[in-house]
Amino acid sequence: MNALVLLFGAAGAYGTALMFGTLGEILTEKSGNMNLGVEGIMYMGGIFGLIAPNLYEQAVGEGNANPFVAILLAIVAAFAVGALAGALFSFITVTLRANQNVTGLAMATFGTGVAKFAGELRRLQIGGYVTLSNDLKFAFDNKFMPDFLKNIPIVGRIIFNQSEFFYMGIILAIAMHLFLTKTKTGLYLRAVGESPVTADAAGINITKYKYIATMVGGGITAIGGMVYTMTTAGCVWIEASLSGTGWLAVALVIFCTWRPLNAIWSSILFGALMIMYLRIIVPFFPTELYKILPYVVTIIVLVITSMRNIKDKQPPASLGVNYFREER
Amino acid sequence: MQKVQSKCAIELKGITKTFGKVVANDDINLSINRGEILCLLGENGSGKTTLMNMLSGIYQPDGGEIFKDGEPVAIRSPRDAFDLGIGMIHQHYHLVDVFTAAQNIILGLDDGKMDLGAVNEKVKEICDRYGFDIDPKKKVYDMSVSQKQTVEIVKVLYRGAEILILDEPTAVLTPQETDKLFAVLRNMKADNKAIVLITHKLAEVLDVSDKVAILRKGKYIGTVDTKTATAQSLTDMMVGRSVKLNIDRPLYSNPKDKLVIENLTVVDGEGIKKLDSVTFTAKSGEILGVAGIAGSGQKELLESISGLYPIMEGSILFNGDDGSQIELVGKTPMQIRNIGVGMGFVPEDRLGMGLVGSMGMTNNMMLRSWRHGNGMFFNKKAPQALAEKVWDELEVVTPSTEFPVRRMSGGNIQKVLVGREIASKPPVLLTAYAVRGLDINTSYAIYNLLTEQKMSGAAVLYIGEELDVLLELCDRILVLCGGKVSGIVDARNTTKEEIGFMMTTVGGKGGKE
Repeated sequence: MNALVLLFGAAGAYGTALMFGTLGEILTEKSGNMNLGVEGIMYMGGIFGLIAPNLYEQAVGEGNANPFVAILLAIVAAFAVGALAGALFSFITVTLRANQNVTGLAMATFGTGVAKFAGELRRLQIGGYVTLSNDLKFAFDNKFMPDFLKNIPIVGRIIFNQSEFFYMGIILAIAMHLFLTKTKTGLYLRAVGESPVTADAAGINITKYKYIATMVGGGITAIGGMVYTMTTAGCVWIEASLSGTGWLAVALVIFCTWRPLNAIWSSILFGALMIMYLRIIVPFFPTELYKILPYVVTIIVLVITSMRNIKDKQPPASLGVNYFREER
Repeated sequence: MQKVQSKCAIELKGITKTFGKVVANDDINLSINRGEILCLLGENGSGKTTLMNMLSGIYQPDGGEIFKDGEPVAIRSPRDAFDLGIGMIHQHYHLVDVFTAAQNIILGLDDGKMDLGAVNEKVKEICDRYGFDIDPKKKVYDMSVSQKQTVEIVKVLYRGAEILILDEPTAVLTPQETDKLFAVLRNMKADNKAIVLITHKLAEVLDVSDKVAILRKGKYIGTVDTKTATAQSLTDMMVGRSVKLNIDRPLYSNPKDKLVIENLTVVDGEGIKKLDSVTFTAKSGEILGVAGIAGSGQKELLESISGLYPIMEGSILFNGDDGSQIELVGKTPMQIRNIGVGMGFVPEDRLGMGLVGSMGMTNNMMLRSWRHGNGMFFNKKAPQALAEKVWDELEVVTPSTEFPVRRMSGGNIQKVLVGREIASKPPVLLTAYAVRGLDINTSYAIYNLLTEQKMSGAAVLYIGEELDVLLELCDRILVLCGGKVSGIVDARNTTKEEIGFMMTTVGGKGGKE
């Protein structure tokens, strides 16, 4: 029991990065754009979200940096680079009508490359690890909830012993849920992803919705990469450590059946599955088997949802399909 | 909103539209009046839907002008069309399946925040006014076709449309539903709305419309008052020459039992019996018609024979020319096909089943014959010849046999599909809705092809929608009712009323599910 509580407490950190990555991709996919470049976008968010406060700290001098400004800069930088990637994806698929899968895969490779290049460049510039001062490191992974909450048995460790990004993610998930189900704009966005012909005939500007959803989605996804670098990786850029997180987020979108609220618990669950090999050690059970657990769970969920054929739990009907009005 | 409304709501002047090399509309002039139902009549590919799509902002005209109440207007998008009060109900419904009726209805409207309660109220008011019946909270995927259509109509009315365009609205409705729809349309007409109806069914045109505008091969032929028109006069205008309205029905001299079906019973995924102890014999040299209300088991019957539907019990025996008997139950669709049971099934979604949209006619013909080639290279000569034959005989409108079928009009796509199936000359030919959505001229070409098959000794099973055609084309008619055989009648000595009665009652007793 105690091991499980510790596991899920620790899972929150990695889970938060996944949560942002997943939420961003859910928003993108709701518009019918399947951006498989999540891996690349999270990579870019991971490095630019670190470089921004790093540059800021260099400019004002170590010790003078305001932690709030640093966090804000990290969020803005990551969001901006993600939104840019989303805009590029939309330009290629919506405006130029290229195949979404190919574009997404290219984006994954491209983003990873850009991030590694930027990381290496910055490392050579400062002649050492790209990182932040200890004060800022603390600010980024600040488990700020009061002790009496943290000390609540079980729940305290899992829910209240988390960084600020964890709570931001939850607020974002709830906000996105309300947006999609309770607002007209959200309804129209879903219509675009379900049936662009219908939305178009209803006078909804498909191109605008796709662009904005993909850009905002890309931005949120990139914040996920930033959160990973700044919390789990301890504000240090290590090229290989983010590897695979983006793909896991893509799997999580399916696992969540495209519902933002599901992203909250499922990303923590996936976070737990990912680090289980460190925490729960069964003799003679190879760690590689642990590491495939999230993917096995995703496949099981896919099988179950498609077997039961629940209409409300299917992907947006036009996911991955480009729309062109005069095509017959 | 217009205060003083002139009678003429929309006027089209010199509208032209081309798709690549195909001229869909050529210099069309048309006026649409308030308080009138105008039928737009024309053969397949004559440009009716294209013309109306330009009114609803889906396509842009390449030339010509559109006037609304005398003012020239540009309709660049569906939104512009709404603003002008033009609403189109498409042949394929534009609805989001996972949304409720109310959510679908408010799509694209920007009048403040989402208040579904108020929406439901207003929907109810519209329903009461025109005589609709829908539940605004029902999800679209739970709805019947007719209910979906109702949602579409309410959707455009909700937006305050004054000009309604309906593209083949009755194609998928039962007679009762059609009557209901027409009653609603008459209510709207009384409410001074302008209504445009695109349809193929002459009986409906004569029944419901005030005026009929006729298009032929993209050109505007003229508008006539329905009062002065007859089925014959409209047909003449539509096809440009007199078409014989009688179908040749020669007798085949030596009929033999070809397909003997006994006690065929199938159930669907929910355990409902779709076919219940169906017993009949299809003879060579005979067209056996299958009549019945939509969903009485016609589709299941065809699919069971061709091996696509799991059979619970019963037997289907195929009599070979050499006197051998082959049991088809338990065989795979490919084996059944090789034995000689060909299927010319025309699905609702013409491109979804049977044709590859991006390929031309030749390659689509090859999809059936690729196994006949020698070695690893396929033989393109035979399919090419076949494609040219179909192109020529069925008058498919396409620039070449390599032109992607996806870009042809719906009717032309169907000609390619039906032509290919018939051309394979199987001993048993199964056809369903072979002329669905086709114009009269092409329909007759297909009837002739079927008769040709019959006279060459094939057993033809023809599932049709129009009783008049069944009565003229078939030798015998099998009437299905709720999955049961209601009776088999001689088509030469029966009446529409008799068959209509059998369609709703099994052997005189109430047998409808």
